[in-house]
Amino acid sequence: MLKFIAKRLLWMIPALLVLSFLTFVLIQLPPGDYVTTYIATLSASNEVIDQNTAADLRARFGLDQPMIVQYWKWISGILLHGDFGLSFEWQQPVSGLIWERMAFTLLLTFATLLATWGIALPIGIFSAVKKYTVGDYIVTLFSFIGLAVPSFLLALVLMYVAAVKLGQEVGGLFSDAFVTAPWSFAKLWDLMQHLWIPVVILAVSGTASLVRVMRANLLDELHKPYVTTARAKGLSEFHLLMKYPVRLAMNPFISTIAWLLPNLVSGSIIVAIVLNLPTAGPMLLQSLMTQDMYLAGAFLLLICMLTMLGSLISDILLALVDPRIRLE
Amino acid sequence: MNTMPLPPASSRPVLEVRDLVTHFPTRAGVVKAVDGVSFTVHAGKTLCIVGESGSGKSVTARSILQIVDEPGHIVSGAMILHWPDGRSTDIAQLRNRSRAIRDIRGRDIAMIFQEPMSSLSPVHTVGDQITEVLRLHLKLSKAAARARCIELLGQVEIPNPDKAIDRYTFEFSGGMRQRVMIAMSLACNPMLLIADEPTTALDVTTQAEILALIRKLQDQHGMAVMFITHDMGVVAEIADEVVVMYHGRVVETGSVDTIFHNATHDYTRRLIGSVLKLEQKAEIRLARAPLDDAAPPVLEVHNLTMQFGAGKNPFKALDNVSLIVKPGETLGIVGESGSGKTTLGRCLMGVYRPSGGQILYRRADGTTMDVLQADKPSLKAYQRDIRMVFQDPVGSLNPRMTVAQIIGEPLYVNNIAKGRALDDRVAELLERVGLNPDWRERYPHAFSGGQRQRIGIARAVALSPRVIVADEATSALDVSLRAQMLDLMMELQDRLGLSYVFISHDIGVIRYMCDRVAVMYRGRIVETGAAGQVCDAPTHAYTQALLSAIPRPDPRARRMHERFRYVA
Repeated sequence: MLKFIAKRLLWMIPALLVLSFLTFVLIQLPPGDYVTTYIATLSASNEVIDQNTAADLRARFGLDQPMIVQYWKWISGILLHGDFGLSFEWQQPVSGLIWERMAFTLLLTFATLLATWGIALPIGIFSAVKKYTVGDYIVTLFSFIGLAVPSFLLALVLMYVAAVKLGQEVGGLFSDAFVTAPWSFAKLWDLMQHLWIPVVILAVSGTASLVRVMRANLLDELHKPYVTTARAKGLSEFHLLMKYPVRLAMNPFISTIAWLLPNLVSGSIIVAIVLNLPTAGPMLLQSLMTQDMYLAGAFLLLICMLTMLGSLISDILLALVDPRIRLE
Repeated sequence: MNTMPLPPASSRPVLEVRDLVTHFPTRAGVVKAVDGVSFTVHAGKTLCIVGESGSGKSVTARSILQIVDEPGHIVSGAMILHWPDGRSTDIAQLRNRSRAIRDIRGRDIAMIFQEPMSSLSPVHTVGDQITEVLRLHLKLSKAAARARCIELLGQVEIPNPDKAIDRYTFEFSGGMRQRVMIAMSLACNPMLLIADEPTTALDVTTQAEILALIRKLQDQHGMAVMFITHDMGVVAEIADEVVVMYHGRVVETGSVDTIFHNATHDYTRRLIGSVLKLEQKAEIRLARAPLDDAAPPVLEVHNLTMQFGAGKNPFKALDNVSLIVKPGETLGIVGESGSGKTTLGRCLMGVYRPSGGQILYRRADGTTMDVLQADKPSLKAYQRDIRMVFQDPVGSLNPRMTVAQIIGEPLYVNNIAKGRALDDRVAELLERVGLNPDWRERYPHAFSGGQRQRIGIARAVALSPRVIVADEATSALDVSLRAQMLDLMMELQDRLGLSYVFISHDIGVIRYMCDRVAVMYRGRIVETGAAGQVCDAPTHAYTQALLSAIPRPDPRARRMHERFRYVA
């Protein structure tokens, strides 16, 4: 097992190098660069920048050099100094910008994950066991409504309810007073008060599909012979349900962890923008639009790495819960 | 007449089933799976319930524990369970989720199932699944349950029980898994053991061991055994009393001797008849003129070797196999699971590339080709001449193709017939295998198991092949259909001049239809000879051991206790 993990980790190194190059090429592919976008923004407010200034800017950012040289500078900075470069737009080191956002994104994602699984799995089990009953139809209806309602709309509705009916401050993850304040219980409480809105929105849309997957998985398992065996032993229905079919129906969920991690960065962008959340998604979008290449590159590289780590983690977890895989 | 003594009057009834009715409401109407069944099981005795698939024997067994799958339910009847202390309960009156029925399940009545792999959870250890019963019914502590579990695994003769307890089911062979299942069912010393086809998925030698084990434990614990099977040989070996079921009803009940030698009901006689039919050579073969021994063989296999995997543990599925197939003859390949017989079939078909050896094929014009060295076009031509019939009549037919498409496909892809001509050809083929040509636009699910296997045969002969490899072609069929299918195949053989390579684990089938037999053991052919000689007077010790484990459908000549093991 350890050998397997070590092997997988070693393979990630060449894969990441290739991916980093591809990422860099992709970012360079759209016509123009950050300076072009910058000039366009300025000219929108009637400021004109002459060719010389533009060339100066390009030289200062190193944008006038061949792509391969720029790539080398970027990747050697990351490898040798852990330096992800400078964000043009923010005029700050990329690493400083990313990590704080990633921490909040992580918090939001895991809170959402807990909420989604906490709601969806019991409902899925219920609707599989009570297949084609009124209860099944009702929860199915609600989960499909959840899937069908656009999350930005739900975000607006919830913001209205929270702001007008509950009198809460909405948007962001903190009240203005706490944004820059040091961590304290009051700040944590403030965070909780803000966190529930995005968690509810994201959970509602994620629950429906999870309910259906759980229902389908469990329906496959419920009529397997080992369930009959367990029943013939005299176990109570609830006990045998939880111990055998549910346990096996859970396995496919572990595979979903593989795409959960990359979703940290690129998922739920619209909700984050509507709610003005300090998460990674909106910043990635912004950096791509302004061709802020080092910032975008760092995010894309992070997505690649998280994808690989995610599939490694889900493979390890799968091996832990399923002896058939572990002992192969 | 030499009749078996009836169970002594002192033998205590354990379970009395009276007029049991179990229904399955479906959209097409109510299926009366069990329709008024009555019988009594006595302590220390074995009651066999026999019948073909769909006769309701399995549903009867499940009704007793009230574990019939939805939407099936018990409609009426009584099932009186008698405890040794004189109490009795009508199980049919208990609600199927009640505490009372759950206390009976696993403690007073235990059950073992057909497929030991899928009937045990793959992700829980053997120990976990056995100690669960002990902790539930006997309220043992964790440590006590574990100790008792190790003891049980020892009783069912699993080697190293203290290690086996922490292993998973897929680490065991089929026979060992069934032992685990038995250990689990015996955990609480039940009064009644219900065994639902417990040896059907096992090899004959393993089957003999499992049957002997159940008998030994039955003698030790004095429990009653209710044994459900379709195998009349097994019935003859183990039963005290027999209940014959047909279409949800009991057609005849009696002592095992009466059923085999003095049956009164027509169905029972027919059932026994079709079993005995497979105990001798087919009439159609006895009547046939002897084959021309001098004719050059159509297939010659020399020193065929097939190795799977490389490195430390290569596995030789075929080890220096040589055989010949003559025109018009049936060569039987017999052996236990894992002996390499299916691998041999696949090598002959050109599906696997053997690691060594030679397969020579003599074309109709007398020229020979080396199959393993052949170029693509001649290999394709070879594969038109050698076709296959598969074991599973459900899995080997595409459910989304009509029967006409299934049978016509080989003709179509080989550009032999199209359009109208193809349609006519398909109709002719269907007629030839005894199916109504008007059914050709139907899908496979509309046909019964036997009919599907006929479709498979029609597909195999569509290209007018010269050799057909049949891999366990009749194993999935009921015994009454089995002889019919073999008769059809022999009739086709005589009419079309086919040679068969007939792979089977069933000696009866081999004896009935084959001219010569090759016996395989661990990838090697240990004995080849005329079918009669190999089946009745084998020379190799392995063949003798294999035959000694086969139950004979005659309760007056029980012999499985005389079986012996072959130790290589």
